[in-house]
Amino acid sequence: MIEQAPVLTVVIPLMFAFLTPLIGWGKKELCYPWMLLGLALSLVFSVITLLTVIGTGTVHYHLGGWLPPWGIEYTVDYLNAFVLVVVSFISFTAAVYSKRSVQKELSEKTAYFYTLFLLQITGFLGIVITGDLFNLYVFLEIASLAGYALIAMGEEGAPMASFKYVIMGTVGASFYLLGVGYLYMATGSLNIADLAGLLPELYGSKVILVAFTFLIVGVIIKMALFPLHGWLPGAYAKAPSSVSVLLAPLMTKVAAYVMIRIVFTVFKPYFSIEMFPITSILSWIAAAAVLYGAFMALAQTDLKKMLVYILLSEVGYLVLGIGLANRNGLTGTILHILNDAFMMVALFMIVGAIVYRCGTREISQFGNLHRRMPFTMAAFVIVGLSVVGIPPTCGFFSKWYLILGAIDARHWVFAGVLILSSLLNAILFFRVIEYAYIEPRDGHEEAGESMVVPREEAPLSMLVPILGVAAGVVLLGLLSGGIISTVIRFAIPTCF
Amino acid sequence: MGVIVSIKPLLAVLITLLAAVLILFTGERNRNLREFWTLLASILKFSIVISMVPLILKGNVIEYTIISLTPGIALQFRVDSLGMFFGVLASFLWIITSVYSIGYVRSLDEHAQTRYFFNFALCLSAAMGIAFAGNLLTLFVFYEILTVATWPLVYHKETKGAVMAGRKYLVYTLTAGMAILFGTLLIYSITGTTDFRPGGFLSGHGSAGMLRFIFVILILGFGVKAAVMLLHEWLPSAMIAPTPVSALLHAVAVVKAGVFGCLKVVLYVFGPQLLHELNLWLVLAYFVSFTVIVSGMYALAQDNLKRRLAFSTINNLAIIIMGAAMLTPSGITGAIFHMGGHGFMKITLFFVAGAIYVKTRKENISELNGIGRQMPLTMGAFAIGAMGIAGLPPVCGFISKWYMALGTLEAHEVFFLFVLLISAMMDIAYFFPIIYNSFFKKCEEDVVVRFNEAPMMMVIPLMLTAILSIIIGIFPNAFFNFFNIASAAAGKILGVM
Repeated sequence: MIEQAPVLTVVIPLMFAFLTPLIGWGKKELCYPWMLLGLALSLVFSVITLLTVIGTGTVHYHLGGWLPPWGIEYTVDYLNAFVLVVVSFISFTAAVYSKRSVQKELSEKTAYFYTLFLLQITGFLGIVITGDLFNLYVFLEIASLAGYALIAMGEEGAPMASFKYVIMGTVGASFYLLGVGYLYMATGSLNIADLAGLLPELYGSKVILVAFTFLIVGVIIKMALFPLHGWLPGAYAKAPSSVSVLLAPLMTKVAAYVMIRIVFTVFKPYFSIEMFPITSILSWIAAAAVLYGAFMALAQTDLKKMLVYILLSEVGYLVLGIGLANRNGLTGTILHILNDAFMMVALFMIVGAIVYRCGTREISQFGNLHRRMPFTMAAFVIVGLSVVGIPPTCGFFSKWYLILGAIDARHWVFAGVLILSSLLNAILFFRVIEYAYIEPRDGHEEAGESMVVPREEAPLSMLVPILGVAAGVVLLGLLSGGIISTVIRFAIPTCF
Repeated sequence: MGVIVSIKPLLAVLITLLAAVLILFTGERNRNLREFWTLLASILKFSIVISMVPLILKGNVIEYTIISLTPGIALQFRVDSLGMFFGVLASFLWIITSVYSIGYVRSLDEHAQTRYFFNFALCLSAAMGIAFAGNLLTLFVFYEILTVATWPLVYHKETKGAVMAGRKYLVYTLTAGMAILFGTLLIYSITGTTDFRPGGFLSGHGSAGMLRFIFVILILGFGVKAAVMLLHEWLPSAMIAPTPVSALLHAVAVVKAGVFGCLKVVLYVFGPQLLHELNLWLVLAYFVSFTVIVSGMYALAQDNLKRRLAFSTINNLAIIIMGAAMLTPSGITGAIFHMGGHGFMKITLFFVAGAIYVKTRKENISELNGIGRQMPLTMGAFAIGAMGIAGLPPVCGFISKWYMALGTLEAHEVFFLFVLLISAMMDIAYFFPIIYNSFFKKCEEDVVVRFNEAPMMMVIPLMLTAILSIIIGIFPNAFFNFFNIASAAAGKILGVM
């Protein structure tokens, strides 16, 4: 059983997804526990996989017993075992959270919703675990198709936003597939480890350069890195709450993982850094993305839209660490995959809870929110401070390593960009906190009794994941030293 | 001299954190219980801190490592004489301020009292963490917590002005935090460590240009909270906060955290030797002496009592940094001692301002004629505090200024001696008219002046701090060997030279 853990992590949600409509056909209420069971099992197996990797090193799993490079191989090393646990944990959290908002927003379509939800997660897990470029494409499409459908279920305007995403996403996927096709033409292999061995001889070839470019551009579209981010703000802002809770933290992180794989595993770092200086191009684009996201977020009056632009800025952080291409920068990126997944899932859950209770996302309507939803808002403050980068929350530590990476690379501009974006984030979050916490008292300065506002805290199935993740944000910060020394240190490509 | 591993520093930090949580969950339902948590925590905290004093006086260092944050840096406490000094000061004054706070908020029937006490406790946790921090990163962690925890206290009144003051405060301090972060990262990247060492740990690393740059951004970063001129704007604005906040945080905990950070950078990161080599000590001394003079002039022009006190605070904080920048035994001893002495005296003055406000709702100096007849105890305490700030014996300000003056002579820089003297004269010029007017001028309003003091919960604390400033002035070691701790710290730092 233990040696099957890698494949079970992916297959269980897939099987559960196929059975969900049947269960929903019988009794709709059973879908939720059924899905939770599947994701809990998947989480357990992903943790087992990580522990196996920590115990015995890289795990190779050959599907159906076919040997690579012909058969599909799951290669799990420190990097993807780590991301796998992040994905399955966040999915599980998002799933717990989804109960009430699905009841409220999508009660007619519960069974279909959870089917797609599970397929989406299967896609993410598959992308992370596979050691085969074409298999990765298959999972990428599973994730994308499920995503299009899930987003289209959202509020008014969602189908149009989803349609935009379909077009952009398909272009991205096609680019990726073209890249894979060229690599296959040149080498005859699709296995990542095999390709890494075969490619260096062909680094001079134009086909390889074109393939590399296609792969990178495809991934950039999928991860919505500025300036190819056009589909994301509409799609994520209009999606149902429980869908943006799942997609926003994970899609970007999974794509960042794929980028690390392509830039540093499929191709050798010396190729990506020196022969075809994609890393320095990426780092400039990423710096622009960080600032673009932060400035656009400043212009939003709707909390969810603001978060969506902050997400774009966070994607910039992830890519900036890759672009810096040194030990500290990559540590920052990999740590940020974990930290940002936590922060984003928490923030999107919180905005969902606010919409659920108050029916508004306009920041200016947030007066007295700290009385109506004290725990939710306390969580918002903690997570907000983390995004700003106030220690000891986890967001501080990713910034610590990213800036350290920029210093090591002697790229003062990037260090400046990171610091500036922290300050912009401070404006963003303190503005919301001000609206939610401060009750203007002009006119009656000698205030006596405060007005009575009934407490309407979010339902427990929402509040528990929110508070859990908010506590996690602080804990991850305190434990970041341990996480780095047991996992991330080994997840970085060996040449750094 | 040895290193002792003990959990006490951590306990001193956690006890207030726990109290903060208890305060939050007790809330408005049971005010007395809520205030009980504050008082209990403050007394326990002080006892824990005091129990470490004998060990420190013997020359030991108390160390406790909590968790490894990054390779080479742990979240670590290392209590030495300088940290001990700050710790004793902040935790003792918190007890007094808590009593005073309770009197203040209840007399005024303030809103959001739970938030007020919650954030106060949080601030004290952070201040203790700053005092005991063993390395620059740990210091930064608590420094940022202090920044955020103070914010709700600044905007407490929730009027438009208070909200703007809060924003201003955040803009200044968060930007400064980023400067400190960047400096810390640069130090980490050139040395691989940020552990404080008496006498500094940077010599032999990095180029001179790089070191100068690091020094400048760190001093500017910490200088914001220490309200060095041109970076001071937030402090007078923050005077809109309730008076106990101004008293403890804007005269002791927050601003002294900035000064403490500057001292750590000067004495424990760079160290006297390196600063002499790079010639930075003179630059620093001239830079802050500008503040010393100009803030005195500003203070003269203020009519709002708390704003005048704020500029006087700015003045004294700069004097502390200037004294330490002399890098001589007397200068450093005097500077550290002034951190404490100024704390006692300035908190007295702020308490007085609060007592006057609670009793009469008056905030401006021009309205205070004859107030001394109505509130003789309060204004008597004010006179003691003001004398001390001006450096007149027998109040403790005299001792610290005496030592700092000696320090300027030891460093052969007579210029700074004159700066000290001029600032003392300006202190007299902006404080003594208040004393004169309050006792000897007649109140303009036609009311019968009779003895009518603020509530005892406010008067007793302010008299206590005034009396203590005299006692410390006469017997510098009476209060937990205050003077010995200060001179031990100076000795340790310079012993390495």
